Amino acid sequence: MTPRMKLLILWLACLTVAGVAAQAPPQPPSADSILKKIDENQVAGSRITVYEMTIRGRRGSRTMKAKSWVQGVDRAFTEYLEPAREAGTKMLKLGDQLWTFSPSTDRTIQIAGHMLRQSVMGSDMSYEDMMEDPKLQNLYNATVVGDGTLLERPCWILELKAKPGAAPSYDSRKVWVDKERFLPLKEERYATSGKLLKTTEIKSVRQYQQRWVAERAVFVDALKNDGGTDFVVTSVEFDAKIPDHVFSQAALRK
Amino acid sequence: MIPFLIKGLVRDRTRSLFPAITVIAGVVLTVFLQTYLKGINSNMSDASAAFSTGHLKLVSRAAAKEGEQASNELAVNKVAALLEQVRQQFPQLLWTPRIRFGGLIDIPDDKGLTRAQAPIFGFGVDLLRADSVDRQVMHIERSIVRGRLPSARNEVLISDGLANQLGIGPGTVATLISTTMFGSMSTSNFTIAGTVNFGVRAMDRGAMIADIGDLQTGLDMEDSAGEILGLFRDSLYHRAEADAVADAFNARWTKGDDEFSPTALTMHGQPGVSELMDYIGIVTGGIIAVFAIVMSIVLWNAGLIGGLRRYGEVGLRLAFGEDKGRLYRGMLIEAVTIGLFGSIVGTILALLPAYWLQVHGWDLGYLFANSSLMLNNVIRTEITPVAFVIGFIPGLVANVVGTAIAGIGIYKRQTASLMKELEA
Repeated sequence: MTPRMKLLILWLACLTVAGVAAQAPPQPPSADSILKKIDENQVAGSRITVYEMTIRGRRGSRTMKAKSWVQGVDRAFTEYLEPAREAGTKMLKLGDQLWTFSPSTDRTIQIAGHMLRQSVMGSDMSYEDMMEDPKLQNLYNATVVGDGTLLERPCWILELKAKPGAAPSYDSRKVWVDKERFLPLKEERYATSGKLLKTTEIKSVRQYQQRWVAERAVFVDALKNDGGTDFVVTSVEFDAKIPDHVFSQAALRK
Repeated sequence: MIPFLIKGLVRDRTRSLFPAITVIAGVVLTVFLQTYLKGINSNMSDASAAFSTGHLKLVSRAAAKEGEQASNELAVNKVAALLEQVRQQFPQLLWTPRIRFGGLIDIPDDKGLTRAQAPIFGFGVDLLRADSVDRQVMHIERSIVRGRLPSARNEVLISDGLANQLGIGPGTVATLISTTMFGSMSTSNFTIAGTVNFGVRAMDRGAMIADIGDLQTGLDMEDSAGEILGLFRDSLYHRAEADAVADAFNARWTKGDDEFSPTALTMHGQPGVSELMDYIGIVTGGIIAVFAIVMSIVLWNAGLIGGLRRYGEVGLRLAFGEDKGRLYRGMLIEAVTIGLFGSIVGTILALLPAYWLQVHGWDLGYLFANSSLMLNNVIRTEITPVAFVIGFIPGLVANVVGTAIAGIGIYKRQTASLMKELEA
């Protein structure tokens, strides 16, 4: 065999390997790296959000508007702006403690114990959902179990299982994550028994300051016999400077 | 003849004392047991009617479907108009709206921050009006331990045990954190006017009694109520009449296509209550029947033995030529006399302690420490007309039947062989 012939065979072999490699499905990134990218997209140094919640109950639906200031994973302050009955109600989260202020009673009340499992303002979200560490990496071990398409976007399907000692509100979750934007587009949250407790479905997304945000989502408490809660983000500002006094009990009464 | 026989009974204690004591003992046990079990039965249904089920209850169809788990989201609307209508259409019942709620009671410190908290459940009832049905059927006034009845808006009563646990009393301002009819969080400030002890463990663990008007405002339930209770004016549950009222109400008011239209539930038609009431009725009736039968057998045997014990005496009297029929009738009259005497004395002896227990009661609260049953801690007997006659079944009937069977032997004995029997 001439050197020219050897070179030709080697070239053909390389072409064949490259062709096979090009046809093989892409290997998923590790589940941990997906979780890391989800957290990077979702958790900012600070965030100011204005949103509307439409709660669909058996007697009809009602919409409330709120503004929240969040710093890191430990500090959050929410003020309800509308409707008139809820306007002026405020909530403060500092670490694992939660207080609420009601202008009608002029009282600051700590929400603790079983009250944390209650619904926030009648929605399909609980205080525990609000209180939980938003960094999934801190709470769950993940496994990639497949892929699919949601909102015409290719997704990884992840199964999350609570890390020993982390004790999150939900023992396990199944999450559909956008392969490029690393934004969860659908979530199912389960109890230890395997019973489905909550579902979240993103209906539209929007980019704010290089971060992808769920612009419209529907939360459904599977244990409630209602139509779920629509969550619509009106505006988001990431890494805004928030004065320290916002995250104080004094701010509740202002 | 009868005075002669009675004189004989009085003078010959071997013929009267033992049989009479046996009859009295049997009758006392039967009558007392009947009043005691009747008392337990009524206790359970009375407490349940007053606090929970009513004799009839009007709720929305959706709430009826969800039973005890129904939230105030499924409340009945336009209550004022509905109340006016049912009060006109069914005047044999007292109608009263109620709101049940759950939540947290929060006690502030001097800076207005949380000092103490406890889970609480309670009732919104008609508390402020002097002629309130609820004040009457829940015995609210006599249940007050400290303080007084609420007399103004936003005054409440809470259970004395919970007040002690939280270290509060009359005059303390507390905040109720609960849920509105539409699912929102609600907070309302109340002043504790007094503390109560209903003697119903399920209530005394941590209940709040508030005026329904205050709760309608606080829980965003204007002109709404979780339920409207109907209670018969004589306080007794009339099952057939309750069925008739429920049928008439449902025919007029319940609409199949509206899950919030009201529907009437009878006490025995409410989930869990029917089975419980039937079970208690069967068990108590069964116990009384079995006991009465056992006592009848005992006293029947006493009558038989009494007859057989006098075998020699009967033989002698026959040998002297006494007529068999007259002798048999005499024994029956004696048995009737002892049976009547024993039944009357036994019934009186049973009714005396039963009456005392009906008035004073027997506090068994320690047995119901963790019970969620609507059962009064103080068990009372209940004397009904049945108590005056039930003792006569074993005391009179069984005793006479026993004697009658034993006495049949008189007719089988041959006069010719009597002397030989007596010699033997």
